[in-house]
Amino acid sequence: MCGNEALAESAIIAGCDAYFGYPITPQNEVPAYMSRRMPEEGRVFVQSESELAAINMVFGASATGKRAMTSSSSPGISLMQEGISYLSGAELPAVVVNVMRGGPGLGNIAPSQADYFQATRGGGHGDYRTIVLGPSSVQELVDCMPLAFDLADQYRMTVMVLADGILGQMMEPVVLEKKKGRELPPKDWALTGAAGRKQNIVRSLWLPEGALEELNNKLLDKYKQVEKNEVLCEEYEVDDADIVVVAYGVAARIVRGAVSRAREEGIKAGWIRPITLWPFPTGQISRAADEFRIFLVVEMSNGQMVEDVRLAVTGKAPVLFYGRPGGGVPTVDEILDQIRQLTLRPKT
Amino acid sequence: MMKTVFKRTPTLKDCPTHYCPGCGHGIAHRLIAEIIDELDIRDRTIGIAPVGCAVLAYDYLDVDMVEVAHGRPPAVATGMKRTNPDKIIFSYQGDGDLASIGAAEILHAGHRGEQITVVFINNAVYGMTGGQMAPTTMLDQVTATTPKGRSAAEQGYPLQVSELLATLPGTIYIERCALSSVAQIRKTKKAIKHAFDLQLEGADGMSMVEVLSPCPTYWRMSPTKAMEWLENNMTKVFPLGRLKG
Amino acid sequence: MAGKIIIDTERCKGCGLCITVCPKKSIVISEISNRNGYFPAQADNSNCTGCGACAIICPEAIIEVLRDDSDNVEIIIEPREDSEQNLIGEKA
Repeated sequence: MCGNEALAESAIIAGCDAYFGYPITPQNEVPAYMSRRMPEEGRVFVQSESELAAINMVFGASATGKRAMTSSSSPGISLMQEGISYLSGAELPAVVVNVMRGGPGLGNIAPSQADYFQATRGGGHGDYRTIVLGPSSVQELVDCMPLAFDLADQYRMTVMVLADGILGQMMEPVVLEKKKGRELPPKDWALTGAAGRKQNIVRSLWLPEGALEELNNKLLDKYKQVEKNEVLCEEYEVDDADIVVVAYGVAARIVRGAVSRAREEGIKAGWIRPITLWPFPTGQISRAADEFRIFLVVEMSNGQMVEDVRLAVTGKAPVLFYGRPGGGVPTVDEILDQIRQLTLRPKT
Repeated sequence: MMKTVFKRTPTLKDCPTHYCPGCGHGIAHRLIAEIIDELDIRDRTIGIAPVGCAVLAYDYLDVDMVEVAHGRPPAVATGMKRTNPDKIIFSYQGDGDLASIGAAEILHAGHRGEQITVVFINNAVYGMTGGQMAPTTMLDQVTATTPKGRSAAEQGYPLQVSELLATLPGTIYIERCALSSVAQIRKTKKAIKHAFDLQLEGADGMSMVEVLSPCPTYWRMSPTKAMEWLENNMTKVFPLGRLKG
Repeated sequence: MAGKIIIDTERCKGCGLCITVCPKKSIVISEISNRNGYFPAQADNSNCTGCGACAIICPEAIIEVLRDDSDNVEIIIEPREDSEQNLIGEKA
C-alpha cells in the first residue's frame, strides 16, 4: 500500500469521523482514497475550496467532539497556520498530515523536510505548540495515525504528522489492525446543543485583563506534561560511537544505511532518530553528548532540526550539518563521505 | 388586570450588551433568541459568532456557541453540520466577515448547498475596528478608510451578496430585510424564522437572510437618523425582498 | 389606559428609537442619567395602548409590555374526558 493510502485507512480504523482536504501533490491519494472509503463507513468527506477552509472545517467538526483530520503538503499547510493557531487557542483536538514537498514558494513536488521549523515552532501567531510526529516508514506512518488521534484527544491539541513525498508515494507492506487506544477524558466541553446543561462556548478570544495570560500558562503546563510523557526516540549503537548521526523521517533511513556501511569500515558511528519532533528528545541527545562525540545532523533541508540538536547538546560537543534542500535527497555515499571526514583524534 | 404580552425571551441572556446605543445587532440577537425559543430548539442549536462587533454574541445568546477566525464561519459550519446533521447550525456574520475576508467560504458553502442558516448583518462598515470601509459601503459614504467618500473608480461598487448567492443552485432561500422600522423588524423575524424552519425540515441547501442594520456610531448619525438613512438610501442599493425560495 | 410598559432604565442607552416609533408619543428622555451616564427613556404610560412597538425596536431588549385584557375574554376549549367522542377509538 502506498503511504498516502495507508495513512488514510489507518485514520479510518482509528475512528476518524471526518476528513476535509484539498488537492495538492504529493498527497492527492489521501483525499482521493478518503472520498471513496469515508462514505462507505458512513462518515464525512468534504473537498473544501481551499486548505484554509479545510482546517476550519476540522475546527468545526472538532468543536462538536468529533475526530477530524486534514492532510496537505507544505504550501497548503502554510494556509492552515491561522487555523492551527485558533485550534490551539481553543484547545481543540485535530490531526493534520503534512506530506512535505520542496519549498519555499511553489517549490516542487519532490520530498523535503524544510517545514520542520514551521511544524515544531508553530507557523501561526501566539505561544502555542503542536505535537509533531516524524515517521520514517509506511508502517510507522500507519502507526502514527491512532497515536495522533489519541494524543490530540488526550491533550486537546493539534497533532501534526510530518511525512514527505517519498513516504507518501512509496509502497511498503503494512499491517493495519485496530489497536486498543488510550483511556481518554470525556469531551464534556464539546458543542452538542445545550440539552439540560449550561451553554458550552468554544473560543480563543480572552479579552479581560490577564485572562489570556492565564490561558497561555494553562497551555504551557499542558505542553510541559507532553514534554515529560510523550517523547519518542530511537537510537542505534550510540554507546561506543565516536560519531552520532541525528536524522528523522526518510533521511533517517538513508543514514541507517550509511552508518552500517561506516561500521563495516571500522568507523565507530551510531545514529539517533527522533520520532516525536516536538516534544524533541532533548534529554536523550544531551546524555549522548556527555561523552565527547561528534554529532552530524542530516536533513533534507538547509538545516532546521540541527538547531534543536545544538540546543540539546549545549556546547558539550561539536554539531555539524549535512543537508540537501529544495527537494534534494542525500545518498548513502554522500553521508558516508561526511562520516569518513569526521575522525576523532585524541587531543595531542 | 395587566398581562405581560412582550418580555425578554430566555435564550437572550439578561445582561447588558457592549453594543453602541441604537445598534442593530441587539435587535438581531433578540430575534434569533426569540426564534430559537419559539421553535424550542435551544437544546440542539449551535451558533457561530464572527469576528466583528458581534464577536461576543455568545455572551448574549444562551446556546452552545463557537467563536471562529475572521471569515471562516461557513467552513466551520460545514464541519459541524456534516458531522452533526441532527443539530441546527446557524452562522451569524457581519459584512466584513462574510463579504470580504470570508467571501470564498460563503460562496462555497452555498455552492455545496450546506444545510446551514446564515444570518448576515450588513451595516456597510467595519464596526469593531473603527468604521472602515466594508465591501457593502455605499458610494460616497465617508468611512475611516474612505475619507473623501467611497468612489467607484477607487474602491469599486457596493457588493450585493444576496444577489450573488441567489444564482447558486445550492442556495434554497435568500432574502434581504432591514431593521429600520417595527414593520421591517417583523419581516426580518419572519424571514430568519423561515430560514431556521428550512434547516429544521432538512431542506437540501443553504439559507441566508441579509439584514440591513444601522450603525449610528460610524455612520455618524443619531439612531433615529440612521434608521431613516437606511430605509431611504441603503434599500436603493440593497433592495429588500425575497430573492429566492 | 389599555397598556403599560416597564423600561429597565439602568440598562437603557438613551438611543431614542422607542420614542421615535411610539405611536402615542408617550415616551420621553429622562432628565436623570442612569449610572452609566446615559439619559434613559422614560414611559409616562398615560395613553399607552400596549402595542409593543417600542419593545420590538429596542436594541437592548429592556422593555416589558403589559396589556389590560379584562375586556377581551379568552375562550379555552378543553375536550371533556368522558365525552362520547373520546371513546370512539376503543370500540372493538
